[in-house]
Amino acid sequence: MRYMFLICAETAEIAEDDGHPDRDPTSWVKEMDGRGVRSIGERLASPEDATTVRVRDGQLLLTDGPFVETKELICGFDLIDCADLDEAIEIASKHPMARWGMVEVRPFWTPPPRS
Amino acid sequence: MGHGRGETVLDAATAILTAHRRDWSPIVAALIRLTGDWDLAEECAQDAFVKAWERWPVDGLPDNPSGWLMTTARNRAIDRLRRSSLERRKYEQARMADHAPDAPPSSDVDDQLSLIFACCHPALSMEARVALTLRSVGGLTTSEIARAFLVAERTMVQRLFRAKRKIRDAAIPFRVPARDELDERVDGVLAVLYLVFNEGYHASGGYDVERLDLSTEAIRLATQLAELLPTSTEIESLLTLMDLHDARRAARVDDLGDIVPLELQDRARWDRVRIARAAARLDGAPLGRYQVEASIAACHATAPTFDDTDWVEIARLYGCLTQIAPSPVVALNRAIAIGMADGPAHGLRELDAIDATSLRAYPYLPAARADMLRRLGRIPEATGAYRAAIRLASNEADKRFLERRLQEIDRP
Repeated sequence: MRYMFLICAETAEIAEDDGHPDRDPTSWVKEMDGRGVRSIGERLASPEDATTVRVRDGQLLLTDGPFVETKELICGFDLIDCADLDEAIEIASKHPMARWGMVEVRPFWTPPPRS
Repeated sequence: MGHGRGETVLDAATAILTAHRRDWSPIVAALIRLTGDWDLAEECAQDAFVKAWERWPVDGLPDNPSGWLMTTARNRAIDRLRRSSLERRKYEQARMADHAPDAPPSSDVDDQLSLIFACCHPALSMEARVALTLRSVGGLTTSEIARAFLVAERTMVQRLFRAKRKIRDAAIPFRVPARDELDERVDGVLAVLYLVFNEGYHASGGYDVERLDLSTEAIRLATQLAELLPTSTEIESLLTLMDLHDARRAARVDDLGDIVPLELQDRARWDRVRIARAAARLDGAPLGRYQVEASIAACHATAPTFDDTDWVEIARLYGCLTQIAPSPVVALNRAIAIGMADGPAHGLRELDAIDATSLRAYPYLPAARADMLRRLGRIPEATGAYRAAIRLASNEADKRFLERRLQEIDRP
């Protein structure tokens, strides 16, 4: 079962604060890569660097910044392939940012069964 | 219709109703294990009971009704999978393969527990857990559940649809939790059952004699769970707690539907035999949350009169509960008990110390304050507190009780 982990920080200060040892995900990454449940993951640049793209009536519309303004911000992602939601929750709960922000565990879309 | 035939029909009806309570959950659980498809499992279980209504009155009861129903439901599921489209079959086969390889052969007990734990999974909203548990484990219809919770049927259909979709799409597992997480997950199930019980016991938002008795359902489900997990003392304690409440039900509401405060309840109408049996089960159990709550209920239920209630012990037990499961409601109940044990002035002091932020919409806080102020003779303040409580009360009976109290002090 595949899940996208959206790694969120509670505030911009936390997201941009580098070098805090408690938030370093290196050992988590090593553990999950070792378990074979993490296929890829990256830290993302600040939402301020984002560009939101829309096309309406054939017109390209660009906005500076993320598509939704919240206090919390997505600062990274991981693709996880594990047995089920219980294992995904266990993996997510070990991510350091679970203590400083939150991890949204989002299953990959699967086509609904057709009767 | 001859006499014999009439009896056969009656026997069949009784047997089917009994079988529905006993066999619904094992059948649904086994079919989910087999197919991984909740809707298919429930529909095929339903079909088996429909077939029983058709056959049993004509053919007489099968030798093994449970086995007959299980076989009929399973055959129906296999038949439906065989007839379904290739795509669906692929999907189902994939699901079955997912379930098959490393899973050891499961027992009926494991299947039923897996079903309960999936329904009460903490990744589902509490509303969804309650609805799913009543539908998939309890075998209630969607409209019965909707009515019991006073929501539109389509709301309940939607709620169940979304919950089952999340179970499927997010891969909420269908298995008994590992030993190290079992206690926590059992606590989660008990919270669902206790919520169902309380909803029935303290039905909020109006009267409806046709409404399903959720308290009885909760006791039935807890009894079932206790049989499946005989080593859990907390389940036993929750059952005892429910028993102690339920045994006093007849005295709790008067003929007009008004709630009778504990103080004025006719204790002769309490089921003393049931109370004694339940209270006796409490001896020696370890100190868990529900054991403490059951002990509090036992203090009330075994007291010969309101005045002879051991309020000191009740206040002490609420103190224990503050340690195990702290909440503003527990603090409120502790303050009420202290008000009874040491007098309203002490109670009021405790009441004022509660962080009431989360209790702003809770009518029992101003109601408790009103009662203490009334007993202290501070009538103008009591009047204000009664009015605040009445504004917040969602239950008509509570409202009438508070209004009566307000009138009593307005016109002494």
